[in-house]
Amino acid sequence: MMNPALLVLADGRFPAGGHAHSGGAEAAVKAGRIRDSAGLAAFCAGRLHTAGLTAAALAAAAAGGRIDPLDLDRAADARMPSPALRAASRRLGRQLIRAARTVWPDAALERLAAERPRGVHQPVVLGLTAAAAGLTPADAASAAAYESVSGPVTACVRLLGLDPFRATAVLAGLTAELAEVAARAGEAAAEAGATGDLDALPAASAPLLDLYAEQHAGWAVRLFAS
Amino acid sequence: MRAVARIAARPDGRGGTALPLLTGDGPLALRRTSHPEGGGAAQVTIVGAMAAPLGGDRLRIEVTVAAGARLRVTSAAATVSLPGRIPAPAHYDLDLTVAEGGELEWLPEPVIAAQGSVLRMTTRVTLAAGARLLLREEQVLGRSGEAPGRLTARLTLRHDGRTVLDQQTDLGPGAPGWDGPAVLAEHRALGQLLLCEPSLTEKPATARFLAEGAAEAALLPLAGAPALLVTAAAPDGLRLRRAIDRVL
Repeated sequence: MMNPALLVLADGRFPAGGHAHSGGAEAAVKAGRIRDSAGLAAFCAGRLHTAGLTAAALAAAAAGGRIDPLDLDRAADARMPSPALRAASRRLGRQLIRAARTVWPDAALERLAAERPRGVHQPVVLGLTAAAAGLTPADAASAAAYESVSGPVTACVRLLGLDPFRATAVLAGLTAELAEVAARAGEAAAEAGATGDLDALPAASAPLLDLYAEQHAGWAVRLFAS
Repeated sequence: MRAVARIAARPDGRGGTALPLLTGDGPLALRRTSHPEGGGAAQVTIVGAMAAPLGGDRLRIEVTVAAGARLRVTSAAATVSLPGRIPAPAHYDLDLTVAEGGELEWLPEPVIAAQGSVLRMTTRVTLAAGARLLLREEQVLGRSGEAPGRLTARLTLRHDGRTVLDQQTDLGPGAPGWDGPAVLAEHRALGQLLLCEPSLTEKPATARFLAEGAAEAALLPLAGAPALLVTAAAPDGLRLRRAIDRVL
């Protein structure tokens, strides 16, 4: 049976600040590349299979507990060439660890918060949080993969005034791909954990997400933090 | 077909660079050419002796640059990935190693993924602390007026024993979301320029974004090394090259 703690962790109302980030959707909307729910679906498919897969594998590896979280943090740095994306990811990691330490008190989270007060990349914190909540690496991968698309979907409801029913239908339409991405991420994380080879973790990336992040960071007025 | 090319560069003891190893077979013919700026650097040009890579081919180039040596590698023409008679992907692996105080400029012409082709490229760069690198990779999806082929590329940079860049792109038919608004949208050319330069430790670069016509590019300082990555996307190879040159 599914562990209900996953529902708590993946809930959009979990107080970790994710609602302030659009995952590149704000810049894609401004560029005229997302205009409707079809464009949103295409954006989400691309993000899920790139940044989503990479984040899911980092989260699963952190939840597996066989790799030093600081090594995973460096692996996350290497997979995020955009300084704006690295900054957003660390800020989100900082916000998540603050919430998680109260929600699921845990020695590993305390240690990480003490070692890196300026923040650790969000997927790494997400994985440790999942483990603290008694969840599996596969659960952590699912939560990270889901987050990689739920943020842009919620953002587009605000950015485009998109019908919330249609926006949620985009998420529902992605569930099979979410399961597939989470499974691939989990396998890669298990291999990295068994061999200690961090190169086994996916490094899938999307050029436009990097470009959007730097473009967006230069705007004086914006609705979302990233 | 399998083909391997190997280049080794070391100081010649007279202020120049010697190439004690310069071998290539099949489509990977190598020529020592004259470096446009002269000085102490050697230049090698990859001469495409035949059409490659075709489906099923495995091509590999290994380059090592010793301490104090300076090498530039160019290519005479674009590399065109074509479908082969075997319905299998082609593999093209680059392994580039530079010692402390060595310098490598890897500046080949673009890789073009022709319609129906499937190519997997890996570029692995290993730099000692104090090594210099300038590397340009350009990928064009489809020849002029042609539908794209599939091109999966992974670029890794290890600097002083630590992986500071690991980036994979998967583009073309069959790659999920590749022509959607998160990955490449309407662009058909993608480029990277990777610069590792010890002086960036004292004078770090600042991130910036540049839009030029239909092309867009960003300069991205990497974490954990005196290195930066330029990423650019454009509708075609010509505008891509221009955007890369402009943002740096």
